[in-house]
Amino acid sequence: MELIFEKSRPGRRCTKFPKSDVPRSKELPLKYTRSKPCELPEVSELEVVRHFTNLSRRNFSVDTNFYPLGSCTMKYNPKFSEDLAKLEGFTSLHPLLPQLKLGGILTQGALEVLFNMEKLLCEITGMDAFTMQPAAGAHGELTGVMLIAAYHRAKNNKKKYVLVPDSAHGTNPASAAIAGYEVISIPSNESGLMDIAHMKEKLTEDVAAIMMTCPNTLGLFETEIEEIAKLAHSKDALLYYDGANLNAVLGKCRPGDLGFDVIHLNLHKTFATPHGGGGPGSGPVGVKKELAQFLPISRVVKRDDNTFHLDYKPLNSIGYIAPFYGNFLVILKAYAYILLLGKEGLIRTSEHAVLNANYILARLKNYYDTPVDKKCMHECVFSASRQVKNNGVHALDIAKFLIDRGIHPPTIYFPLIVKEALMIEPTESESKETLDYFIDCMIEADRLSKENPEALKTAPKTMPIARLDETKAARDANCALL
Amino acid sequence: MNIPNGLFYTKEHEWVKIDGDIGTVGITDYAQHALGDVTFVELPKTGIVVKQFQGLATIESVKAASDIFSPVSGKILEVNSKVENTPALINQTCYQDGWIAKIKIKDRSETNNLMDAAAYKKFAEGLGE
Repeated sequence: MELIFEKSRPGRRCTKFPKSDVPRSKELPLKYTRSKPCELPEVSELEVVRHFTNLSRRNFSVDTNFYPLGSCTMKYNPKFSEDLAKLEGFTSLHPLLPQLKLGGILTQGALEVLFNMEKLLCEITGMDAFTMQPAAGAHGELTGVMLIAAYHRAKNNKKKYVLVPDSAHGTNPASAAIAGYEVISIPSNESGLMDIAHMKEKLTEDVAAIMMTCPNTLGLFETEIEEIAKLAHSKDALLYYDGANLNAVLGKCRPGDLGFDVIHLNLHKTFATPHGGGGPGSGPVGVKKELAQFLPISRVVKRDDNTFHLDYKPLNSIGYIAPFYGNFLVILKAYAYILLLGKEGLIRTSEHAVLNANYILARLKNYYDTPVDKKCMHECVFSASRQVKNNGVHALDIAKFLIDRGIHPPTIYFPLIVKEALMIEPTESESKETLDYFIDCMIEADRLSKENPEALKTAPKTMPIARLDETKAARDANCALL
Repeated sequence: MNIPNGLFYTKEHEWVKIDGDIGTVGITDYAQHALGDVTFVELPKTGIVVKQFQGLATIESVKAASDIFSPVSGKILEVNSKVENTPALINQTCYQDGWIAKIKIKDRSETNNLMDAAAYKKFAEGLGE
């Protein structure tokens, strides 16, 4: 496809400016003017419309195709919440309003959304207080570890390490390191869970926290959490819950009840707000009451007369984590989603997410190796090791083949502890027909790995661009600005 | 799998070649194969002191970013800046031009914590493909 710049022809225009009816101002001083004309494409309106319409038709999204990208939870975003977030009463609010004289009255609805959302998330997770400020999951992790650091500082605890299992999301060790801790990685045992014996060895008085994801990235529920919590707390280490996979256990168990002290949620994963570039994101952080005093400012407070205001006073707060109140419209969409589904609805989303993943696992486990022989939670992990042995067909080749079948590839080569990993998360929204189609394509890929491996190694064939040279793309990045 | 004799190996698939009190360090053929095409190498600064089995460098490939651990303790004398510009050297010639750092070895007896070629071969074969 041609770039819009390649379609440019001198003199061609979309719009015609009217003749100026105001006096011309003095020329800009030379030092402020461009040395050569600005390079803008010269195209007609129809060419612009056609160019961008055609580009948009090459978009791939949950709205167009199945998108089982494990660990990322590419779930469908219902359109009703988008409509709500477009209401003028929300979109035309200025974030400074609550702090202006008489502004409080104009923002009661928005403050109530933030206040109620905090209460709902506390109820869902078993925590005592939440901040809505963090702008994404990893930002929430950093906030969470900073809260842990504030807790230890206040108690004069000298802590140095954070323990992270090797099945964790890569952002966990990164967040702990940015917050100033040294990371100790804890291996997984043969059942795919954190190796407690190893953890005990590393769990000294110097450990500030243990960061866990549950279910973990193998899609397995960590069954020893209560024991881990007890061990951690005996050393005054806090237990951190990476809530990226909370969508598997909604209404089934609450991290707060299991002994977790700090938790972050990814609203886009669990509560169906837009993901990635379509976000922006939102990563609220919840804490037990001992840590509530450290939460970022401001806090939404309900007065005795049921009105709301912002409290900027908390003395022990770690301060601002993001401007204002977080990504408000994203929080609003998640709030609407929770209210629409209600308790029973949320429980069913988790049940269906787990059922769908287990259906795929059960139907594919005779064709692909599995790291452990167990039922999974909301996502299942396979290894293409068998296909590598067949004819040198790698997880990457299978992923590329799925593109030709109209399916977004699953996550590959993650989790790192599984060789040739293919990580599949169907989410709760998909029909049995879609799952069956995906499974058939995976079975076809296995068959081709024996009968015609070239068909996989040369995929995709149906895309505007065939197999990309990923190594060249990474080594010789071409980021020149036009 | 290429495992030259005369080098010492770690369980994390690094090798060290001992030459007097200087150790040349790199990653093994098994490691470069498992990583896939290397796209980026973050080298340590010369002059810093590393401890045995602690982080020395980071290697990114199309599959993952991985820490490279130092097989021996000591001061870093020299790093191979060629692999910064041409990371493919690590895939093509991991035991020669794809070396990562030269370290002034502090304690020769640390090699007791490492494997020789025969032991490493057995170890790597036990890991499967």
